[in-house]
Amino acid sequence: MKLLKLVPADTNIKFLKLRIPFFILSIVLIVGSWAAVLTQGLNYGVDFAGGQEVRLTFEQREEAPVGELRQLVGGLGYGTPVVQEFGAPNIVSIRVPLPEEVEETPGAATEIGNQVISMINEEYPGVRTDGNETVSGKVAGEFRQDAVLALALAMLGVAMYIWIRFEWQFGAGALFALFHDVSVTLGIFAIFQLEFSLQIIAAILAIIGYSLNDTIVVYDRIRENLKKYRKMPLPELLDLSVNETLARTVMTSLTLLVALLPLLLFGPASLFGLVLAITAGLFIGTYSSVYLAAPMLIWLGVTSDSFVPKETEADLQEKKARGQV
Amino acid sequence: MLDFPLWKKIWLWVLTLVAVAAAIPSLYNATGGEWPEGLPSPTVNLGLDLAGGSHLLLEAESEEVAAQRLENMEEAVRAAMRNAEPRIRIGDVSTANGELSFMLDSAADIDRARGILEPMMQGQNLVREWDLSVVDTQRMVLTPTQGGTENAVNDAMESATEVVRRRIDELGTREPTIIRQGDTRIVVQVPGLEDPEALKELLGQTAQLEFKLVDENALITNIQAGIAPPGSQIFPYAVGSDFEGQSVAVKRLGGIRGDSLTGAQSGIDPETNEDVVNIQFDQQGGQKFAQLSTQNVGKQFAIILDGEVLSTPVFREPILGGSAQISGSFTAESANNLAISLRSGALPVPLTVIEERTVSAELGQDSIQRGLIAMLIGSLAVIALMIATYGRFGIYATIALFFNVLILLGIMAGLNTTLTLPGIAGFVLTIGAAVDANVLINERIREERKRGRRVIAAVENGYKEASRAIYDANITNFIAGVLLFLFGSGPVRGFAVVLIIGLFTSVFTALTLTRMWVSGWLRAKRPSDINV
Repeated sequence: MKLLKLVPADTNIKFLKLRIPFFILSIVLIVGSWAAVLTQGLNYGVDFAGGQEVRLTFEQREEAPVGELRQLVGGLGYGTPVVQEFGAPNIVSIRVPLPEEVEETPGAATEIGNQVISMINEEYPGVRTDGNETVSGKVAGEFRQDAVLALALAMLGVAMYIWIRFEWQFGAGALFALFHDVSVTLGIFAIFQLEFSLQIIAAILAIIGYSLNDTIVVYDRIRENLKKYRKMPLPELLDLSVNETLARTVMTSLTLLVALLPLLLFGPASLFGLVLAITAGLFIGTYSSVYLAAPMLIWLGVTSDSFVPKETEADLQEKKARGQV
Repeated sequence: MLDFPLWKKIWLWVLTLVAVAAAIPSLYNATGGEWPEGLPSPTVNLGLDLAGGSHLLLEAESEEVAAQRLENMEEAVRAAMRNAEPRIRIGDVSTANGELSFMLDSAADIDRARGILEPMMQGQNLVREWDLSVVDTQRMVLTPTQGGTENAVNDAMESATEVVRRRIDELGTREPTIIRQGDTRIVVQVPGLEDPEALKELLGQTAQLEFKLVDENALITNIQAGIAPPGSQIFPYAVGSDFEGQSVAVKRLGGIRGDSLTGAQSGIDPETNEDVVNIQFDQQGGQKFAQLSTQNVGKQFAIILDGEVLSTPVFREPILGGSAQISGSFTAESANNLAISLRSGALPVPLTVIEERTVSAELGQDSIQRGLIAMLIGSLAVIALMIATYGRFGIYATIALFFNVLILLGIMAGLNTTLTLPGIAGFVLTIGAAVDANVLINERIREERKRGRRVIAAVENGYKEASRAIYDANITNFIAGVLLFLFGSGPVRGFAVVLIIGLFTSVFTALTLTRMWVSGWLRAKRPSDINV
């Protein structure tokens, strides 16, 4: 049987030749992403924004009447509702900000949710209620805080480990690549105003995990080659390492992609945002491993000496004794 | 690396099969079957986002605990001073600023008072619960210590959790989860419950029942102005009671609390045709109630529930039987709710709902079904790709992947963990990690062959060289997973749990199991060339 080879046997693509333009691109992406996050803001779901959110499926329609719903719910007088598609065109989530005094009164918030649901049911028969959630402002604030803390600690923690296992340059390079991945994912969510919920935090964590995997595989090969080819100039050595692991990178990314695509296309609507984020992250993470994590090593000044045991005093004595110095 | 003695093989298979066996009940349930009772049945719980149901996060108002504690201490101090021989007279008692202070009538009593109070300052476990100090020679000040307050809140939360559990059990819902979270919170999850209104009503009621004497000397104008006479408190009448909208002044001390009940039932008073709740005191409570009613025959008392007066009947005669009837403002439903709440005990502290989520079971079912179909298609595509690329080694990798999923499920079932939607993201990442490990190994074997190594050496080197990166990658993810579990909230933790367990299973299946199979095949066939 002839086996499939996705990548020809001996590739020699000069990835790092374009490192400076790509680095500039990455910086632009990071800055642009943060600019989008700061100016447009993230479209927080009920987890992070607090308030009342109901999810409805319009079972007898192809598409939910988003505009009409916005008007209808807005007429209740609780401020402008956020009405958006949720994973499929006939599923919507409707978030109503809660007036402050309501937040103090237990039960009042759900009452608003029920009001929204019964009103829509009257107007559009055949609507299925999928969920009704209340998150108080206090809890939402804690969720935001916990999410930031968990993300930051996870990134720092893994960077520390890589520092210990490799060298500090590798740790710093990996951290920068992860920062890039998280920033760009946040940027995508800000630009397209996709709903940003706790689930998306889980997705970002999966992206971090995947990108890290990629980075470590490339780093491992760089470490191996640094020991093997001590005289090779660093850019050339990095290119060699990326090329040697290219078949693996392509194969792994492709397998994950074929696993994710069905989830994206046929999976439950409630998973759509999560899977979309992971799929986007797959590309972002692969890119950052090759074009950020690797070239960072050049700029941070890794040398082949990093992995060669230093000559100890005893070694020097021995050399002296043999008259080699 | 390819050496597998028999004992090792047996061990690996036993380990694998035990884990796979643990996954069977969950899989069986997922196909809609009912796992027979009596057989061991470790199962993966489905989170509410998958199974449907209600999730409530309750927060206790811990300031209430402190206030309650202060009041109890005041009563205890008054009693202790009164019972001292000879009696120690005190006055100007104040509970302002979270501390209890009072004046001794005679400064000469100070050492005696201190001697009596000192033992009361000490709590259990050698924790000092109150600080005692004397100011201006004859004013004593009792300040709660931080440790004491913490203990009290902790005790209150523990019994509150128990009360919540009892109340939910009375509702007869299946398998609720009730866990304390942090210092002052309780998480309640009830699978399958789609309308949590009744539940919330039940939990929203503190069910603190009090019987206090009405202060008959209070001036109505003062009550209306909200000015309580010294030693009294003003309570409003409950909505729906006979005097709704009015208030009544009651004596602050000397009443009894209805937390020592042995039973409570809702019913209808045959004479007035009103909905009522009948309660029975335990022995101690019965005695106290008998004493109170005997000493105050002809006087009016107030039945107060959660700070609202239900009614103000008169003790016509001493009530010695240890039971009483509460009436006023009830509907059949609210009488029944109150009976349940009283039976399960009063909440030592009021709880408020600060997060509430309800997911319809239909959606959950839909999610699972679509998720399974998508995963099936995805798996088939992955298998096809792996086998097309790596041939025999791809088959081993596929079988390993299959075991990976089963073992992961099995361990999750064994640990009784919960699978949530974000957990599925963890699942995807885990499978990705397992695939990646196999890809790394197989690519490395290819490479080693290309460099001209012989079959055995190439395979051996492939595993050895690849495992370094595999371990590094998985350990880093493990660190991330643990940090997430420790610092993340709800859904993020669901993700972390799957991730952490999955890392172990994917390394085990991708590295160890495939190596065992490959080595078995190499030994049996001794091929001179391999197609990889």
